[in-house]
Amino acid sequence: MDIEIYTNLAYIVAAALFIFGLKMLGSPATARRGNAFSSMAMLIAVIAGLIGSQAVSYEVIIVGILIGALIGTLSARLVAMTSMPELVALFNGSGGASSLLVGWATLYYLEGDVVPTFTAATIVLAILIGGLTFTGSLIAYGKLSERINSAALVFSGQRVLNSALLLAIVACAYLFCIDPSATSVYLYALLGLALLLGVMAVIPIGGADMPVVISLLNSYSGIAACAAGFAVGNNILIVAGALVGASGIILTNIMCKAMNRSLANVLFSGFGAAKTAKAVEGEVKPISVEDAYYILEAASNVCFVPGYGMAVAQAQHVVKELGKILEANGCEVSYAIHPVAGRMPGHMNVLLAEADVPYEQLVEMDDINPRIENVDVAIVIGANDVVNPSAREDPDSPIYGMPIINVDQARTVFVLKRSMASGFSGVDNPLFFGENTRMLFGDAKESISGVIGEFG
Amino acid sequence: MDIIFLTFILVLSVFLGFELISKVPATLHTPLMSGANAISGITLAGAFLAAGATNNDMASWLGGAAVAFATINVIGGYLVTDRMLGMFKSKRGK
Repeated sequence: MDIEIYTNLAYIVAAALFIFGLKMLGSPATARRGNAFSSMAMLIAVIAGLIGSQAVSYEVIIVGILIGALIGTLSARLVAMTSMPELVALFNGSGGASSLLVGWATLYYLEGDVVPTFTAATIVLAILIGGLTFTGSLIAYGKLSERINSAALVFSGQRVLNSALLLAIVACAYLFCIDPSATSVYLYALLGLALLLGVMAVIPIGGADMPVVISLLNSYSGIAACAAGFAVGNNILIVAGALVGASGIILTNIMCKAMNRSLANVLFSGFGAAKTAKAVEGEVKPISVEDAYYILEAASNVCFVPGYGMAVAQAQHVVKELGKILEANGCEVSYAIHPVAGRMPGHMNVLLAEADVPYEQLVEMDDINPRIENVDVAIVIGANDVVNPSAREDPDSPIYGMPIINVDQARTVFVLKRSMASGFSGVDNPLFFGENTRMLFGDAKESISGVIGEFG
Repeated sequence: MDIIFLTFILVLSVFLGFELISKVPATLHTPLMSGANAISGITLAGAFLAAGATNNDMASWLGGAAVAFATINVIGGYLVTDRMLGMFKSKRGK
């Protein structure tokens, strides 16, 4: 009893530190210290949890921690900033797996005792959400790293199959809760169905919608931790899980709004192909590196608009270099970032921060749009759908209504692009044919290096 | 009572979470997510219970695997978040 009081007191301290840490994440200036506070909270919670568990054997625990620490350290140290979405997807998955295992193990731990129905129900939730998060994240990882086809996979009968899957889950969950035991056949059925559900939930979602999926899975991994917390009756799991769950839901919501789509639409529609937008006709006006230099040399306000293509071309460092040269030339430089640019929330910001762009120069869509007319040159690097004026003007376009960065209203637009292929959503982009648009064809990194060379 | 008590904690935490996270600026959303990854490794505290038990082999194996997965989250999540946040620099800070 004494130990329980002390562990719970420690949990209170940990919860307070978690909250304080998240609060400090509200500004780039304090964020790093916030993360340190949060990790301190984790250390306190883990030590308290270890003491409170009154474990009799430490071998398994130590081996588990060593394996986890090794994998965690290596992945955190080695990952390239361009691959952050993949890493976060994998971390989401491992959080889900851990909750599933805690829920499952609790059944064995309680073996011999009568498992109350409420505990059984929370175990079911931990297994379901944890399993769904695990396989869903693996599929998301596969799509993000393009190990599997990133296009939406839709087939006839998909909805029927998914509905049947959900019904089977509800039935198994009910039958398990009536007579919960570690050897229940329904438990194994639930495990299998949960893992299958994760796969089925993510395959119909296309690569361009990954920012939503990854946020949602982030949220699930927190909710799963919450459920596991109920199963083992541990309140710090509930507090921390709820914080993570809330964070994921907020990000999911921001991503959906930024694409002007409902969550249901993202999850079930298999975006693409459906509507046919107006075919865009016109002439593109290519520009040479030399001419681009003359225009930039005379510009007094330049705004970079990066997209996933910048990450693919690893162009963030040369972009920063060009930005610095322009600034030295007396030009005002900013970097406008659309909420869904890249493959996860804030992806572009991290890449530019990696290249040493001060965070004051990273501006949001809503900040740049009102003053976009004062921008002499908007340089679009590997972005497409997030600057597509069809979203504003063409009601038949699949992306109609999505808020965009209105680069077409800048005085001049440079679009850096490999070729004339359409964007990830497969939608034509009238921006490329605009009166004030100049296309700078070729690899983004080489083109920008070329311009920098001209400044020489 | 236990159920009510735990649910009480859940509801308050959810509201607090919404309050706190909606104030995080867009520029920090990636570190926010990886930091959340780290926090969801809190299942570690729950995993010890099963992993340290000796009365049932299956419980300790499952618990041990849970400990490994959760540790990946905790260690990997905090390290990578710190690495990212270390790159965010102010104009004046240099």
